[in-house]
Amino acid sequence: MTRVATDILVVGGGAAGLSAALAASARAKVTVVDDNPLLGGQIWRAEMGKFNSPAAKGLVDAVNSGEIRVINNAQVFAAAARNTLLAETAEGRSEIEFEKLIIATGARERFLPFPGWTLPNVFGVGGLQALVKGGVPVAGKRVVVAGTGPLLLAVADYLRSKRASVVAIAEQTSASRLGGFAASLFRSPSKLVQAAALRAGLRGVPYSTDCWVSSAHGEKALEQVELKRKGRTSTIDCDILACGFNLVPNVELAVPLGCEITDGCVVVDKFQKTSIANVFCAGEPTGVAGVDSSLVEGRIAGLAAAGDQDGARSLFAKRDRARRFGEALNRAFALRDELKALADDDTIVCRCEDVAYGRLTEFENFRDAKLQTRCGMGPCQGRICGAATEFLFGWKPGSVRPPIFPVKMENL
Amino acid sequence: MTTFDAAIVGGGIVGAACADSLSAAGLSVCVIEASGVGSGTTAAGMGHIVVMDDSEAQFALTRYSQQLWHELVTELPTNAEFEICGTIWIATDSVEMSEVKRKQESYSEHGVESEILDESSLRTAEPNLREGLAGGLLVRSDSVVYQPVAARFLIDRAKRRGADVIVGKRVIEINGTGVKLADGEFIEAKNVVNAAGSAASDLSPGLKIVKRKGHLVITERYPNFARHQLVELGYLKSAHGKSADSVAFNVQPRSTGQVLLGSSRQFGAEDGEIDYAILRRMTSRAFEYMPLLRKLSAVRVWTGFRPATPDNLPYIGKMPAQDGIYVAAGHEGLGITTSLGTARLIADEILGRDSAISREPYSPGRDLIEH
Ligand SMILES: Cc1cc2nc3c(=O)[nH]c(=O)nc-3n(C[C@H](O)[C@H](O)[C@H](O)COP(=O)(O)OP(=O)(O)OC[C@H]3O[C@@H](n4cnc5c(N)ncnc54)[C@H](O)[C@@H]3O)c2cc1C
Ligand SMILES: Cc1cc2nc3c(=O)[nH]c(=O)nc-3n(C[C@H](O)[C@H](O)[C@H](O)COP(=O)(O)OP(=O)(O)OC[C@H]3O[C@@H](n4cnc5c(N)ncnc54)[C@H](O)[C@@H]3O)c2cc1C
Repeated sequence: MTRVATDILVVGGGAAGLSAALAASARAKVTVVDDNPLLGGQIWRAEMGKFNSPAAKGLVDAVNSGEIRVINNAQVFAAAARNTLLAETAEGRSEIEFEKLIIATGARERFLPFPGWTLPNVFGVGGLQALVKGGVPVAGKRVVVAGTGPLLLAVADYLRSKRASVVAIAEQTSASRLGGFAASLFRSPSKLVQAAALRAGLRGVPYSTDCWVSSAHGEKALEQVELKRKGRTSTIDCDILACGFNLVPNVELAVPLGCEITDGCVVVDKFQKTSIANVFCAGEPTGVAGVDSSLVEGRIAGLAAAGDQDGARSLFAKRDRARRFGEALNRAFALRDELKALADDDTIVCRCEDVAYGRLTEFENFRDAKLQTRCGMGPCQGRICGAATEFLFGWKPGSVRPPIFPVKMENL
Repeated sequence: MTTFDAAIVGGGIVGAACADSLSAAGLSVCVIEASGVGSGTTAAGMGHIVVMDDSEAQFALTRYSQQLWHELVTELPTNAEFEICGTIWIATDSVEMSEVKRKQESYSEHGVESEILDESSLRTAEPNLREGLAGGLLVRSDSVVYQPVAARFLIDRAKRRGADVIVGKRVIEINGTGVKLADGEFIEAKNVVNAAGSAASDLSPGLKIVKRKGHLVITERYPNFARHQLVELGYLKSAHGKSADSVAFNVQPRSTGQVLLGSSRQFGAEDGEIDYAILRRMTSRAFEYMPLLRKLSAVRVWTGFRPATPDNLPYIGKMPAQDGIYVAAGHEGLGITTSLGTARLIADEILGRDSAISREPYSPGRDLIEH
């Protein structure tokens, strides 16, 4: 067992955590803990040890070269007390004591069940991207990218750069909502340029709005997907299906610390402070709003936690702009009700415990369904099925019990 | 307005079993459960159905109840995961081996078969136990159940016989004519059964039920890592200590292949937070018996409150000098096992029938201070 004591502890080494750590380090002793081998988080995940975004490289280098203590490959799994977190590392259990905590744990993908979604070679868009960055080849593979949001374009573009053949992009939102959103981008020109570049990169790829996957088929692995658009069904042959149905904030660490949560997001004040006095939160746990929002929230949280209230205040306007963009994004890509009706009675909803849709329909809340069917009782603790049943049935996801990630018994 | 034959407060395993027994006897029943069926201590327990010989009365009730579980087996749904996996009581040294022999004789006198295992047969039965343990006692007839499903099965069976089940409402007062709910509604009933578990004393002041907190850990799936419920022989010392916090080695194989590890006992701990100090005492104790447990992946830790009484026996039966009020609560760490026997005794008393075992040792009157 190791013990670490620090003034400010940042959990999460993504955009939010990195900028928080850097901002706080001018005035305080800072420690960053992240469960990946390298800093960067989801958007800046290094590719075979290399960062291909200059912004990412700059921030990661700054954090690594300063006074900041970086603990990689460490998963925080529980809060042992108000000022102590427990993490599992290769060396065993680590107890980290802090004066102030900044939660920057990011978000995860939402999966929705449809017939065939558990077939081999059906992935989450982000998950597939991470696999490819880790070296899994996709050259020559036919890929359908489906779901919603700008992440579909980002990932499709990335897959093309790895010589995958993206045969279709199916965006569930309507053309009119998308148009409204595109218009709103004129207020943030840099985003517009990004969007235009992505679309240019994807020239030649059929892109449909009002379109979603209704089922996936194959003998042993995926062979074909069925797409629905305006009441018509078409099938398309492919090797890989990458789905993305928006992101879900990772609030599992904030909950046991007692932080107030509303609509699945950690509640924060202007200084990114949670309802618990010494706990701040930045980035996607406060609501998914894109990388710019994560960056500026991180800086505010870092400055405020280190006592530089004025510095923090000077960034409020910028943060509020980024948040508004996030809100517009969430409105534009809200999931349509038709997606609630895709699963058959025997479509698996909880993969850990093999619980099918039909068995869940007799219950009124997640707690009863969990106790009676074991839905959400597996190793992922309902991270996947909880987000799905929230959308499908309107159930409040159940509480995640410690450890928030599986750990070796000896490290508890 | 209807007057029920019986109103049952609490839809844990005990209340559910009472609803089942009373409705089977033809009584009209209403169950009032504040939160969710089987979601209280019942959801937190281990589901080991075990015969215990710590006192004559405990033996009688656990044995009787186990027989009732065995009668129920064919009707339980498969997801109740009922499995007769047996218990091995583990002895570490020769002193504990002599206790094993005593235990075997005592079980045998009461008609429960068991086998003494020596060091090598213990290792054969459970290869993941460490070497050098003295042996153990195998009781084949003990079993394991997934109790939230069992509780719901009992409630659903009562419902099919016409029972009313009200979920999400709290009872704030009980008397000989019925129960009063927090929202002001009064439900009339000729008999009231207080099966509110660790909250039973709130409704029946005078009962000496206190909460005894326990921790459990469950792992990912490791089929056949353990094959029987494994309990250290010193378990009773831990279970009956009255003041200090205690831990004991107690491992249960689930039909899913998961390993469920207990157990700790703490008095005076009112919040459900995980106490990492005692949790580590508990896991360290387990590693002494099964070193490989260290490397298993733990997916969840939780706590629960056993409803404990001063003499470790539940309160079952009529409250003295309170006509129409019955108690079925205070089952401590054995309530899953003894729920079925408890329900029969309650039904017998309400209906004026004889019981299969003496009801007297469990009478709530034994602890009440006379005024
Ligand atoms: C799978 C996935 C892929 C994405 N890909 C893109 C993309 O290509 N382009 C894009 O614009 N946006 C992408 N996003 C959105 C992206 O999350 C944001 O743009 C941005 O990364 C948010 O930064 P953040 O710091 O808030 O969170 P993150 O970048 O998610 O950073 C959080 C970090 O905390 C770590 N962490 C979480 N919990 C713990 C714990 N208990 N212990 C230790 N470490 C922990 C995480 O592993 C992660 O490294 C993706 C999101 C996901 C979920
Ligand atoms: C860690 C642990 C391990 C255990 N292992 C085992 C084991 O292996 N084998 C075994 O046999 N037993 C075991 N037990 C014991 C067993 O779980 C309990 O004895 C049993 O669950 C008690 O059931 P109950 O119905 O009395 O209580 P509960 O399940 O708590 O039910 C009482 C119900 O009453 C409701 N209620 C309370 N007050 C009111 C009110 N005013 N109005 C309406 N409703 C109300 C509650 O919401 C609750 O649902 C264990 C317990 C623990 C904590």
